[in-house]
Amino acid sequence: MTTSNKDTMQDRNHLSHVTNTHEAKVISNGLIDIPMLQLLDENGVVNDGATLPDISQDTAQRILESMHYTRLLDERMIGAQRQGRISFYLASRGEEASTVASAAALSDNDMIMSQYREQGALVYRGYSTEQFMNQMFSNQLDPNKGRQMPIHYGDKALNFMTISSPLGTQIPQASGYSYGQKMAGQAAITICYFGEGAASEGDFHAGLNMAAVLNCPCIFFCRNNGYAISTPSTEQFAGDGIASRGIGYGVKTIRVDGNDVLAVYQATQLAREIALAENCPVLIEAMTYRLSAHSTSDDPTGYRSKEEEEQWAKKDPVLRFEAWLTSKKWFDQNAIDEFKEKTRADILNALKVSEKVPVNPLEDIVEDVYDSVPWHLQKQLDELKEHVSKYPEAYPKTSGRNS
Amino acid sequence: MAQMNLLQAINNALITAMDEDEKVMVFGEDVGHFGGVFRATSNLQQKFGKGRCFNTPLTEQGIIGFANGLAAQGSVPVAEIQFGDYIFPAFDQIVNETAKWRYRSGGQFSCGTLTIRTPYGGGIAGGHYHSQSPEAFFAHIPGMKVVIPRNPYQAKGLLLSSIRDDNPVLFMEPKRLYRAAVGDVPENDYTLELGKADLVKAGSDITLLAWGAQVEIIEKAAELAEKDGISCEIIDLQSILPWDAAAVYESVYKTGRLLINHEAPLTAGFASEIAASVQQECFLYLEAPIARVCGLDTPYPLAHEKEYMPDHLKTYEAIKRTMDY
Repeated sequence: MTTSNKDTMQDRNHLSHVTNTHEAKVISNGLIDIPMLQLLDENGVVNDGATLPDISQDTAQRILESMHYTRLLDERMIGAQRQGRISFYLASRGEEASTVASAAALSDNDMIMSQYREQGALVYRGYSTEQFMNQMFSNQLDPNKGRQMPIHYGDKALNFMTISSPLGTQIPQASGYSYGQKMAGQAAITICYFGEGAASEGDFHAGLNMAAVLNCPCIFFCRNNGYAISTPSTEQFAGDGIASRGIGYGVKTIRVDGNDVLAVYQATQLAREIALAENCPVLIEAMTYRLSAHSTSDDPTGYRSKEEEEQWAKKDPVLRFEAWLTSKKWFDQNAIDEFKEKTRADILNALKVSEKVPVNPLEDIVEDVYDSVPWHLQKQLDELKEHVSKYPEAYPKTSGRNS
Repeated sequence: MAQMNLLQAINNALITAMDEDEKVMVFGEDVGHFGGVFRATSNLQQKFGKGRCFNTPLTEQGIIGFANGLAAQGSVPVAEIQFGDYIFPAFDQIVNETAKWRYRSGGQFSCGTLTIRTPYGGGIAGGHYHSQSPEAFFAHIPGMKVVIPRNPYQAKGLLLSSIRDDNPVLFMEPKRLYRAAVGDVPENDYTLELGKADLVKAGSDITLLAWGAQVEIIEKAAELAEKDGISCEIIDLQSILPWDAAAVYESVYKTGRLLINHEAPLTAGFASEIAASVQQECFLYLEAPIARVCGLDTPYPLAHEKEYMPDHLKTYEAIKRTMDY
């Protein structure tokens, strides 16, 4: 493929789409009305005029089970953290529809680049209870080799990129990843999750702008859950949420009720079709609420009222979806109760097994820094091993172990 | 063999890499049709198309974030940061993402295919925002490799190695030499090993160590010293991380004296790391304290550029002081 001078040295006029006005008028916020797609009302009843997505009973069932699983995992692991068994956990109660239903609208070969509160998407992809536990207990069975704090999952086989703590870094990365998918001719896209707080990082601007200019098949999925730890969204931005920014970057945009499974599913399906067919990014802003604390290190009573939380608890995405399933006669309370019972037992059993699995041997400390261990790291390891063998009782996790 | 300047050698290396592997993609500010502000990427877009050589918006953090994702996907990005002085908006992406990707995922994913090219250094009347030598910042990042060539032959061989190396490499180009350094460069494909120093000239009294554009400065100082009967061994470090400590130790065992020259400010410059390691390894062989001839601990000046630079005269004086210790 070659490009001639004629293609690139064209006459350009960056004012070609600008019209003139003869009145000094400042444009104010809210001029463009960005509505929120909602198919099911808060009681799970289909809104007048709503066209529902084509969703099978199997998919609906898997979405429901994934939401319940996510909630049970969250409850159990918060408990495990309180008992001192793991150091940290980060729950997603209230946001299960946005993560699970969006993942359900993807293809398995689409890459997921998440922020950290998207365990629902990972559950839907098929991450096992054992895998969750091995990661959270930093043991030697975790493919990430126990190198990151709990909840920083990553699994190549499931096309789920390993999570990074710094906020927003995955946004320009998703642009690059999806550009690579396009160049390789893959029928796949990247979905990039982030919160409305992370959207204040420079990487958000960089990533969306690059994706728009470079035609990257990527879904930018913002979970606008109202809070960045304690900071309410009213102190995070003055504009019309995150969706309004998509318009500014020339990115196709849709705002959706993040507690409505069917709306999230439909919006994500549509976004995927557009991204793939037109080689372009799409921004989804899912309006939801973080019913849980930010993490186990956070106490929300210091920054929001019980009344506010109760208002949002009424919009529970699980209850809303169950009400719709009931109306479709697709809901079986006994079956769900059994599923929940079994899930609770599975989680508890896996937890007990994983917490006893040892961490990686000492040699692993210098692995994966480079493709192979360079001389200076080998030297440091040799010195460390000698030291540990001299004071084995001071390093109980690794002393006395053979690699 | 063909006569090339440093820019032409870099351009030739990029063409060689892009010809060989269609996964290689070159991007950055102005690198497209225009061919880069220094012309290092001339004709690449015309030859390989807009998909593989393209302009990016003006966002260094975006360029490296994008490059990280592209590398993790399996492509081979060669990202250009237009000036080393402007790499700092991308510092988070490099420190926390590029360099830790493989480690944090237990080797499941990596940015190993990424090469970041950036011009660095002074001597072009660029003042403090077009002259800095930030290699020491990046030498402090486990997971990164840092490589600096001194002439066209090395530039091509080291850049091809960097692109093909399965670790992220920061490839820093001495822009003062872009057109000034001219030499014979093989037109065929060849690579030079990363992490290896180059023995420029053997000597017996003192080891002079530098990299990039400063190698010609210590060569010039050595010429003056040789007239005083001082035999200088000259080493070009070539790779800052990992660095070829064995080659430096070997030389110091022989000469018993070491002088390190770099353009970057003295304090916490890479010479500090070398000096600490050499005193640890060669303590009883040293005849004199290790000398550092470096930039001042000031922003890089404009009007006083000549005074700031660790030039051949400052180096010559330091050689004499070390010999007379």
